[in-house]
Amino acid sequence: MSNSEASHFLQIKGLGKWFGQFCALWDINLEVNSGERVVVCGPSGSGKSTMIRCINLLETFEAGEILIDGEKLVNNPKKILAIRRKVGMVFQNFNLFPHITVLQNLMLGPIRNLNLSKSEAAETAMKYLEKVQIPEQAKKYPSQLSGGQQQRVAIARALCMNPEMMLFDEPTSALDPEMISGVLDIMVELAEGGMTMIVVTHEMGFAKQVADTMVFMDHGEIVEVAPPEQFFTNPQSDRSELFLSQILSH
Amino acid sequence: MPVNRPPPALEKAKRIKLLDIVVISIVAVVIIAIYYRVEHVLVYRWNWGLVFEYFVRIDEATGDILPNLFLKGVAMTLRLAFWGTIIAAVIGIVMGLCRVSNSLFLKAVSRLYVELIRNIPPVVFIFVFYFFISSQIIPLLGLDNIAYTASPNTIAVLEVLFGPIGLFTNFLAGLICLAVFEGAYITEIVRAGIQSIGKGQWEAARAGGLSRFFVLRDVILPQALKTILPPLASQFIILVKDSSIVSLISVQELTFLTQDVSNTTTQFFESWMLTAALYFMMCFPLAMLFQRFERTGLGIQKH
Ligand SMILES: Nc1ncnc2c1ncn2[C@@H]1O[C@H](COP(=O)(O)OP(=O)(O)O)[C@@H](O)[C@H]1O
Ligand SMILES: [Mg+2]
Repeated sequence: MSNSEASHFLQIKGLGKWFGQFCALWDINLEVNSGERVVVCGPSGSGKSTMIRCINLLETFEAGEILIDGEKLVNNPKKILAIRRKVGMVFQNFNLFPHITVLQNLMLGPIRNLNLSKSEAAETAMKYLEKVQIPEQAKKYPSQLSGGQQQRVAIARALCMNPEMMLFDEPTSALDPEMISGVLDIMVELAEGGMTMIVVTHEMGFAKQVADTMVFMDHGEIVEVAPPEQFFTNPQSDRSELFLSQILSH
Repeated sequence: MPVNRPPPALEKAKRIKLLDIVVISIVAVVIIAIYYRVEHVLVYRWNWGLVFEYFVRIDEATGDILPNLFLKGVAMTLRLAFWGTIIAAVIGIVMGLCRVSNSLFLKAVSRLYVELIRNIPPVVFIFVFYFFISSQIIPLLGLDNIAYTASPNTIAVLEVLFGPIGLFTNFLAGLICLAVFEGAYITEIVRAGIQSIGKGQWEAARAGGLSRFFVLRDVILPQALKTILPPLASQFIILVKDSSIVSLISVQELTFLTQDVSNTTTQFFESWMLTAALYFMMCFPLAMLFQRFERTGLGIQKH
């Protein structure tokens, strides 16, 4: 893939973010090409969530800029809705809407943002429920599903908007161990389908399998950006080496 | 297969025990003693019959049975409660939404409204606000003309809904006072309900491409409703009782008319005890009804 400016789907330039006096992100620079799979790791509190939440403007930021498809993110309601069409997000705690069925969870975005009719939205929803292999759960409420199933619904919900990029914030951290592989399989499939993805995760097996690029963060900064072969065998910074030794030791 | 054994019969707490008899006896003795003291020490002559005459009266010319002061008062109180609840709910929802809006200005307006009303005694509020609406708002509406311009049928309907046409502006003033007053409490109920919904729901809805309006409408409010309804129902009952404060600005509801009865008959105890019973009869069934709704969940999905 060429490295020219034009082919970057996402560019983050000098991003800085403060919570009050606390600097959560400092001088973040990152470029993600269309179809690239980026895995972000780093200690808890290092700013991984904050960084990817800035990408779809769930957080505002004080310094730097983010460009998606060459267009600069601005805090304007119409533009934000357009960004959220392009960028889907999956949360650690699924955050399904508990008062409506799985199918309705999936239909909401397409109806309200893409202006699909109910039947079109239902059709799309069923298509993606099949893709995440739980079409039989369509009529149930989220609380009736296992954690793994809920996370798959959340992935399908994001896919229903037909996004160009997907953000995952520790999608398997809240899952029972036996549920994890099912969700990771779906994400691998998605990656193989060519989806641009940024995944915050500590699942290093998954990272080795799908990542094009590894990003290591610490104390609100990006410490290392490297291809996985290099990152796992020969990390360039002490901090990433320490982190890897801790996370791979058990 | 396990044998289906019936559960052991639990001892029901329904049998009257010795302690219950003692308590009931004490209460009875106290009531009789008070009654006795009122009659013999204050030399008070009980006359329930006289007071009961103020329920209905017979029109001397036609022989029709017409509602008298107590029934008129109950009707007016119910009208105040009915319209007051609707208006207060609208104010409460709008102000509650302002409170959680992005606009600093709307937040401040809503906060100011709630804090003003919560930190002023209701009686003082009623007088201040009454002066304001009766002198400023009501003349603007030009309602006094309705009585002269509307057809008799319209007037009949209006009288059922809003009470005697001659007292219309008086009723409206009381109604607005009451609704603005109760609206502040409903604002707080709505705010608390909305804020009870976790941040994750907002974020998922926003990340899913919903505009702020649809986030509220499709995701937050339907869930908040479950938290809002029980305290809202209690507030409705409180509103029925609070409606008595508008008697201070001469709205002719139950409390105001009871003052009339007790002044004309001088049967002070009977009049007010009867009115207490009437308020109780309005509020208690409502409380029972809401309790029942709460148990059956108002038909809202429990998930
Ligand atoms: N809403 C917030 N208010 C204040 N501080 C926050 C907020 N969100 C995150 N932080 C702080 O910012 C830092 C980075 O948080 P986060 O991005 O969640 O880290 P990570 O996802 O890497 O664990 C942490 O120190 C956290 O305490
Ligand atoms: Mg995090």
